[in-house]
Amino acid sequence: MKELTELKVSAIKDGTVIDHIPAKLVFKVVSILTLEKIETQVTIGINLKSQKLGTKGIIKISDKFFKQNEINKIALIAPAAKINIIKGYEVVEKKIVEVPDEIVGIAKCMNPKCITNFESVTTKFKVVDKKKISLKCHFCEKITLKEHIEIL
Amino acid sequence: MKNKSLISITDYSKENYLRIIELAAEFEKSPVQNLLNGKVIACLFFEPSTRTRLSFESAINRLGGRVIGFADSGTSSVQKGESLKDTIMTVAKYCDLIIMRHPVEGSARYASEVAKVPVINAGDGANQHPTQCLLDLYSIQKTQGKLNNLNICMIGDLKYGRTVHSLLMAMSYFNPTFHFISPELLKMPDEYKLYLENLGIKYFEHEEFTGFISEADIIYVTRVQKERFSDPIEYEKVKNAYILKNNMLEKTKSNMRILHPLPRVNEIHTDVDENAKAYYFIQALNGVYVRQAIITSILGLK
Repeated sequence: MKELTELKVSAIKDGTVIDHIPAKLVFKVVSILTLEKIETQVTIGINLKSQKLGTKGIIKISDKFFKQNEINKIALIAPAAKINIIKGYEVVEKKIVEVPDEIVGIAKCMNPKCITNFESVTTKFKVVDKKKISLKCHFCEKITLKEHIEIL
Repeated sequence: MKNKSLISITDYSKENYLRIIELAAEFEKSPVQNLLNGKVIACLFFEPSTRTRLSFESAINRLGGRVIGFADSGTSSVQKGESLKDTIMTVAKYCDLIIMRHPVEGSARYASEVAKVPVINAGDGANQHPTQCLLDLYSIQKTQGKLNNLNICMIGDLKYGRTVHSLLMAMSYFNPTFHFISPELLKMPDEYKLYLENLGIKYFEHEEFTGFISEADIIYVTRVQKERFSDPIEYEKVKNAYILKNNMLEKTKSNMRILHPLPRVNEIHTDVDENAKAYYFIQALNGVYVRQAIITSILGLK
């Protein structure tokens, strides 16, 4: 039986459903995946009830299929997101978000003396620990730990 | 190394280190050559420096190159609020190579990605100072005749001292044994200790000087800076515990040499200066040859 929450946002014929996004971060996901520029139909649900997250967000994008590395960009903000690939109203494939090797322009470097906090430089990190999520700044070489990660 | 910026000591491989050491030895034999004839090198010092700036400029001048630049940002358009990016984009048009020191961490890496010419990092805040590290390696090679299997004591501020961290990384290729001597508050950070453990390199930590310095081949001293302590009483307690005095050197090995990146305040007593084991002023001179080696290899002249 389908979850009730699924029914609150209209189904799509072909495309991608990103489910289990933390409710407050739905628009961050929209911006990271640049969905505001997309031409096809996008439906967004926010503050839907979720057993796992309490409330959650969901985004359905018609006729759009992401590459794994595009999806991985949301790893820092929605690590538990589930990606369903829809064809003919059916889920044909499920994907999960994987933590990428490099994070560009999403997180802030926690070092107040880092150049990225002085000039408009796109931040860039190497993920040095994928399990615990610790990021090494490409510029100042300092480590930002998961608990200190601030999303830009 | 040709056309490649030198920002962090990890930008170079072991082979690169050895090549720089070899070239520096050549320059020590003949420091005056006309290799940089017609070259313009920008020295941008956004923050004051004595040794680094003057040894770079001396290195360039002795090779017949020309230097443009500034010794403090007060005399540049930075004063008017110009961004680093704009300054670097502009200066890169005027020169063949940029040497820069800047107080902001990561500024050198950023500059190297903005500039069309190579950049040498002459210190970016507390982050990296790779040319210092290479001159330390050269000094070790020169005084010991080798880099392998040495016993190295590092003393002072091991937490914030960028020179000790870089030297630790660079020496890790040569099977060293390390002794770290510092106040509790300024201990070697865990990430570096973990790095050594993963490589199977031996290290020992001490809070005071004891017999172990008799085994040292190199004693590398750094300054314990007052501003690192939030509690001034803590500083008063430790400030005299890490001063190297001449009478402490009696039982040290004959090949042992004392290095210090300078400036020194009081961590090496002036009575050590006359001791043949004091090497820090010659170390500063080595900076000229090493920088000649770095500049000429980046410009593809060697």
